[in-house]
Amino acid sequence: MRIGLLIRLIVLVVLLVFLIHPDTFAGFFALFAKAGQPPIYNQGSLLDITLNHLAIVLTATVASTIIAVGLAILVTRPFGAEFLPLSRSLANVGQTFPPVAVLALAVPVLGFGTAPTLVALFLYGLLPIFENTLTGLTNLPPAVTDAAKGVGMTGWQRLLKVELPLALPVILSGIRLSTVISLATATIGSTVAARTLGEVIIAGLTANNTAFVLQGGLIVGVLAVLIYDALSALERFLMARTGQLGRAAA
Amino acid sequence: MIEIDDITKIYGETAVVDRVSLVIDPGTICVIVGTSGSGKTTLMRMINKLVDQTSGAIRIDGEDIAGIPAYELRRRIGYAIQGHGLFPHRTVGQNIATVPKLLGWDKAKIADRVEELLTLFQLDPAQYRDRLPNELSGGQQQRVGVARALAAKPNILLMDEPYGALDPVIRAKAQEDLLAVQRQFETTIVLVTHDMEEAIHLGTKIAVMDKGKLLQHDVPQQIIANPSTPFVAELIGSAERPFRLLSLGKVADHIEPGEVAGTPLDAGVSLRDAYAELLWSGRPALPVTRDGKVIGQVTLAQLARLAARPQ
Ligand SMILES: Nc1ncnc2c1ncn2[C@@H]1O[C@H](COP(=O)(O)OP(=O)(O)OP(=O)(O)O)[C@@H](O)[C@H]1O
Ligand SMILES: [Mg+2]
Repeated sequence: MRIGLLIRLIVLVVLLVFLIHPDTFAGFFALFAKAGQPPIYNQGSLLDITLNHLAIVLTATVASTIIAVGLAILVTRPFGAEFLPLSRSLANVGQTFPPVAVLALAVPVLGFGTAPTLVALFLYGLLPIFENTLTGLTNLPPAVTDAAKGVGMTGWQRLLKVELPLALPVILSGIRLSTVISLATATIGSTVAARTLGEVIIAGLTANNTAFVLQGGLIVGVLAVLIYDALSALERFLMARTGQLGRAAA
Repeated sequence: MIEIDDITKIYGETAVVDRVSLVIDPGTICVIVGTSGSGKTTLMRMINKLVDQTSGAIRIDGEDIAGIPAYELRRRIGYAIQGHGLFPHRTVGQNIATVPKLLGWDKAKIADRVEELLTLFQLDPAQYRDRLPNELSGGQQQRVGVARALAAKPNILLMDEPYGALDPVIRAKAQEDLLAVQRQFETTIVLVTHDMEEAIHLGTKIAVMDKGKLLQHDVPQQIIANPSTPFVAELIGSAERPFRLLSLGKVADHIEPGEVAGTPLDAGVSLRDAYAELLWSGRPALPVTRDGKVIGQVTLAQLARLAARPQ
């Protein structure tokens, strides 16, 4: 546990140093570049691109979360139950539709740039969050939901004081899945001129420069691992805080 | 007063509660007994609208509960659920404070009440108030569940097998606490149990249910002496009848004059315990004391008469 945390911290520091002073690693990446090729990506600041990449993922995930959690709440209320099948298939469509196809379809409408990427990531992120929220809200211990009614909480009080807090760890694990998928998928946004780390990879592929491909890939990969771990830790913390750690382990 | 008027609940094809009528007087304890699946929980949950009846009506102090919003009704009725149902993400103190908080009590009053209840149920507030339910034993969780139900001093308390997970010692203590609270606040209690002993000890009246039907609703003496059907007799246990009858009386009410030798009995003990003591001591009579002073004797012959079927 301690060692794991230390390793992650070191990885984070190395990543930050690389993003701020990429030239520090020129020697290492020169091993992968052919003679005469620049070892470090030189068509823009890696830090800027990374931040932009993260911003796109964050925006899309926040939007997915709001809509997916909202939908799941809606369809688990008595008045919204009839929309359950509809919203389930909607979210499923979002998931089965290849992001590339969404991009292709969105470009004529939204033009090139960030917008079509955001739409694709947003649609792609809906399902895991929706499904997890649904699971979280419907798999609460029956005695607990019963008690919430029995003490005289109104529907909204039950949702806010009991159901959501208890479902939060499960919802968060859906968000974690979505985030990591988006982080990787965002790279293809560069094909429609969104400013993401895909740009670095594509530049490497066109110029036949393995060092670029490696840089883009590594940054995305490291980010994914770090964010995944951080959110997992947050989930475990919430599980313990809500007295459900035993339940989760069982 | 709770009036249950010809109430029926049908799930699918079966009447789980079948035309039950029952009047529970204010300040009394009605204990519902019956085999598993006989509809006890369902009947009880119709009183606080957790289950909607198929037909019939329930009135509380003359007011039809159909006209009261469910959440409002439930805040007035304490409910200790089968299997406690504590909120796992809230501390013991927060759990107990739930209904007072919903009712808008002020903070200091809530804190006092939580402290008072924890103390009443032998859970040191300093030690237990800030624990999460999963940091308690099963028996402690159950007691907190009952404390939560009592928190807002409801007039009516519904209890579904509240003492199932308690060991005999704590259980006896919890029963005495409940009786004390009930007498003090004149709470009307509806309690479900599988334990006939508990039913006879706690019940002002006992309601016996089988397959959704109410077979008998009467004072314990009558249920024991004149069971209305063979099923009721079987539930009481025919071999246990004389002892159950004795357990209803206190030595204080059957003291005879005279002085005898032997370890004295307190006037407050039940006739059943006195009978056990007499048998164990091998004597035909034992002295009875009140506040440490001998005030008479209790005899085996007298107890044998009292244990016989009432005419
Ligand atoms: N929501 C429901 N839908 C269908 N059937 C139900 C429902 N709730 C209860 N039942 C059925 O109604 C019957 C009575 O159930 P109930 O919970 O009232 O029994 P009980 O007397 O409390 O039993 P126990 O002593 O085991 O708690 C059972 O056969 C049960 O399966
Ligand atoms: Mg039951």
